[in-house]
Amino acid sequence: MSSVEATPAVRKTVLNAVHRQMGAKMVEFNGWDMPVEYPASLGGGIIAEHMAVRTGVGIFDVSHMGDIRLAGPQALAAVQHISMNDASRLAIGQAQYSALLYPAGTFVDDVIVHRLAGDEYLLVINAGTREKDFAWVRDNTRQFDCAVENLSDDFTQIAIQGPKGVNLLQKLTDADLSAVKFYWVTRGRLCGLDHILMGRTGYTAEDGFEVYIPADEATSARVWNEILAVGKEFGVVPCGLGARNTLRLEGRLPLYGHEISDTINVWEAGLDRFCKMEKQEFVGRAALEQARSAGVKRTLVGLEMTERGIARDGYNVLDAASREIGYVTSGSPAPYLKKNIALAYVPPEFAAVGTPVKVEIRGQGAGAVVVPTPFYKRPKKTA
Amino acid sequence: MSYPTDRKYTKEHEWIRVNGASATVGITDYAQESLGDIVFVEVPKVGAELAVGKTFGTVESVKAVSDLFAPASGTVTEVNGELANSPENVNKDPHGSWMVKITLKNPSELDALLSAADYEKFVAEEAGH
Repeated sequence: MSSVEATPAVRKTVLNAVHRQMGAKMVEFNGWDMPVEYPASLGGGIIAEHMAVRTGVGIFDVSHMGDIRLAGPQALAAVQHISMNDASRLAIGQAQYSALLYPAGTFVDDVIVHRLAGDEYLLVINAGTREKDFAWVRDNTRQFDCAVENLSDDFTQIAIQGPKGVNLLQKLTDADLSAVKFYWVTRGRLCGLDHILMGRTGYTAEDGFEVYIPADEATSARVWNEILAVGKEFGVVPCGLGARNTLRLEGRLPLYGHEISDTINVWEAGLDRFCKMEKQEFVGRAALEQARSAGVKRTLVGLEMTERGIARDGYNVLDAASREIGYVTSGSPAPYLKKNIALAYVPPEFAAVGTPVKVEIRGQGAGAVVVPTPFYKRPKKTA
Repeated sequence: MSYPTDRKYTKEHEWIRVNGASATVGITDYAQESLGDIVFVEVPKVGAELAVGKTFGTVESVKAVSDLFAPASGTVTEVNGELANSPENVNKDPHGSWMVKITLKNPSELDALLSAADYEKFVAEEAGH
């Protein structure tokens, strides 16, 4: 196992050449050269990609996400110590949304914890926090009989998202996907590759899967292209980070550095239901106990613009008298909802649904109102 | 994409077409392509003064906010009201979807702008780097 490696200037996933060949518009995201959107000739463009995921199926290269494996007799104890959700509730093959916290109760990162075997867990972590997360997990689990491995460069991770995602993926695998519930994983043959991990997870507030295939360039390109080819009958669209962001925003899914960070705690971020205080111990618990009795000074709310204008990340939120009361963490037009929406931190007295506020856009206060979140909730399947 | 030769271009990707003492201003195909799906266009009201090289409005796509820079000084005589409800027209027809019409204050300012051929060369370099 190596120590923290030096970070090269800009990193690329092994599918980088494929994206460029497809004519994707590339941007730097957290040190990665990633597709932000694909050309209209391929059904792309942020709005079209967003709509494809809401109504059909879209695929994303999310190989910039990192992966940490914890395995050994005390793997559960280690995971329990470093994460806020209760991993003891996970059956083999089950996954949960959770977070790694600093002792202050603020965020190292949010993660998906997968229980792969009796004493084996896989944490899927964010791109921008890969090295930090791995070092933090390794340093905070030394007291446990458990191996910690950074598998971030071992996988190409492809997300197949949208109501038709299950139908598309089923054409390429022998695993019975209908038996895999939301936030469960399975393994099976995928595009001729054996024992491939497939999780019914995602970051789009839609049904879908994330698959983890070996990160060699030829295999990754072949699988990506096969998914696109087989997906034609479902109208599959390749999707970039632009749509990924608007999709997750409609679903109120947090983004590290925006809704959560090392200065924001769990209660402020409104992630209470993923934080299991009844667990006897985990890093951050004591501070959260204190913070809970002290009460929060700011809380994350959903805003909808009631006047012309688009709230953007970092814009100030003002009260009716134009006093600054908070800031926008993520703001954008919402392509499916066709509204201009935002997430923002404001004092609790401004958090009630229906509270009118303003967003400062180029020096002018534009009207907005606090609305319930998530802004978008996918329709329940009628069986 | 070939750029119409009946107008001039800025390095900030606006175009300006002169018709006597009046001129029409919009953004180029390269600009709309770089921005992606345009969802918001904000321009000043009739009567507002534009100063060459200064921002006079905003174009927003889903992802990005971009300033509009005045290709020439002048007074706004007309705005394209259609763009308030159909900003996507700028994506569909960037060289037809004008944003404002102005009366030129100093027509010689246009001498400093790029011809269609020079602009095409400029964006080829910018895209190719």
